[in-house]
Amino acid sequence: MVTEGSVAEFNRNGRVVVVGASLAGLRAAEALRDEGFAGTLIMIGDERLQPYDRPPLSKQVLLGRTSADRTLLPRRRAINAEWRLGVPAAGLDLSRHRVRLADGREVGFDRLLIATGARARPWPREAEAELDGVFVLRSVGDAAKLERRLAAKPHRVLVVGAGFTGCEVASACRARGIEVTVAERGPAPLVGALGGVVGAVAAELQRKNGVDLRCNITVTELEGDLGGRLKRAHLSDGTVLDVDVAVIALGALRNTEWLTGSGLAAGPRGIACDAGCRAFDVHGIVTDDVFVAGDVARAPHPLFGYQFLSLEHWGNAVSQAETAAHNMVRSGLDRRPHLWVPAFWSAQFGVNIKSVGVPPMGEELLVTQGALAEHRFAAVYGYQGRVIAAVTFDHGRWIDFYSRQIESAAPFPPEFVGVDRRADGMRPVPADFPDPALPTHGPTVTVSGYAPNERRLTFTPART
Amino acid sequence: MRIVVDLNRCQGYAQCAFLAPDVFVLHGQEALMYDPGADEALAEQVARAAAACPVQAILVERGEGAREPVGAVGGHGH
Repeated sequence: MVTEGSVAEFNRNGRVVVVGASLAGLRAAEALRDEGFAGTLIMIGDERLQPYDRPPLSKQVLLGRTSADRTLLPRRRAINAEWRLGVPAAGLDLSRHRVRLADGREVGFDRLLIATGARARPWPREAEAELDGVFVLRSVGDAAKLERRLAAKPHRVLVVGAGFTGCEVASACRARGIEVTVAERGPAPLVGALGGVVGAVAAELQRKNGVDLRCNITVTELEGDLGGRLKRAHLSDGTVLDVDVAVIALGALRNTEWLTGSGLAAGPRGIACDAGCRAFDVHGIVTDDVFVAGDVARAPHPLFGYQFLSLEHWGNAVSQAETAAHNMVRSGLDRRPHLWVPAFWSAQFGVNIKSVGVPPMGEELLVTQGALAEHRFAAVYGYQGRVIAAVTFDHGRWIDFYSRQIESAAPFPPEFVGVDRRADGMRPVPADFPDPALPTHGPTVTVSGYAPNERRLTFTPART
Repeated sequence: MRIVVDLNRCQGYAQCAFLAPDVFVLHGQEALMYDPGADEALAEQVARAAAACPVQAILVERGEGAREPVGAVGGHGH
């Protein structure tokens, strides 16, 4: 336990353990040293690799332009850490301030940062998932294996799920001249993340580039031959496709199972923490020595009605890690909130897609620049009379402008007249998001929790 | 060498693609693709590209990186 009076002593001789040796963990470690932390720093990671960057795995790597093992992250500075790589954390003892590793050993800490991220959601039927030719894409190893298979020119690739990863995989296949079918449960690609209006543009992009896109459909069975190699896929409309590769792109699961029974508020949606990155315990009381950052965190955001946001965003991992590190070596009013405006990008079919804010909160959408039909545009999402999010297709230079609109809660429909405003950008249309209660894999932002002015609340006790 | 570009910050000015065309390439109009593990021989090009980036989105670490020994690979530690 680090009390306010002992912060200086902690910064000299304390012991910080970071669980999760990826982007958030590394940037937090660097920030801790930048902030003057001179004590012991221990980095725990389940993979044997030094921290690496994931965005290139579904883009440059699958295109064959670089190899998966060339994605190690550059360091901002030396961090003088002890690395414990290759063994996952398996438990946390809050009262004794110890992390238990899967091999049974324990690592003590004064302060802990949890950055265990997420993993690919596997194909639900285990026997089918194990067929030769069935892949997920999350790690360097996943990307290397899939790239090798793509380089061997498969007859047809099936991508299951048209979220960002699925779309980028399909894009890489087409760029390499490989036939690809995309099967999506929703009505359009990216519909969970960007809504139906923009999803329709993503669908056009796919079809224009020769993707066999099938929406409102599910894959019911992956069928192998006697040798255990994937041969066919069965779809819910009765279609049977000959495929030799299937990429399961059904979103991510947060790595919180190791915290079961620890007393932290950890579950499938992530670990709840305050805006200062301090973890909540199961009673909703904030802890003082356990911090959270990156994909595994869910934290309230004042710009978005204090809703708890879980963000699977590269930029969030960096920013939240910096804030967590800052707050780990400070106390009281010297701490600062994580107020990052959500932002992400994707590159697919040669188009640069960028977004800021929280599109799934959007009720209406207005194209403020360019035109949907040209696949070059900027659009804003409106929520209760204000701008809540924006998306651009090949209009990335304007994204900072829209970010400021969101930060200042600018009115929707917008009062500004943008460059290249067209006739179809005069009237808002429904943004057309699917019912959030239906299962989707798509959104990279999950909104959960309740605004203070809302009265509805459902308490579901955990099963014992 | 290790390279990462903050593509939230990148605005597609393409200065890097002019100055280090072996490492940074525009895919379509403005989507930047780069080799995150470019060879050390290209270090001078890359340094020029990073310096010229109008939004300073390029982070480069020379050499093979990993300044600390990773003594505990496999989990054998203290």
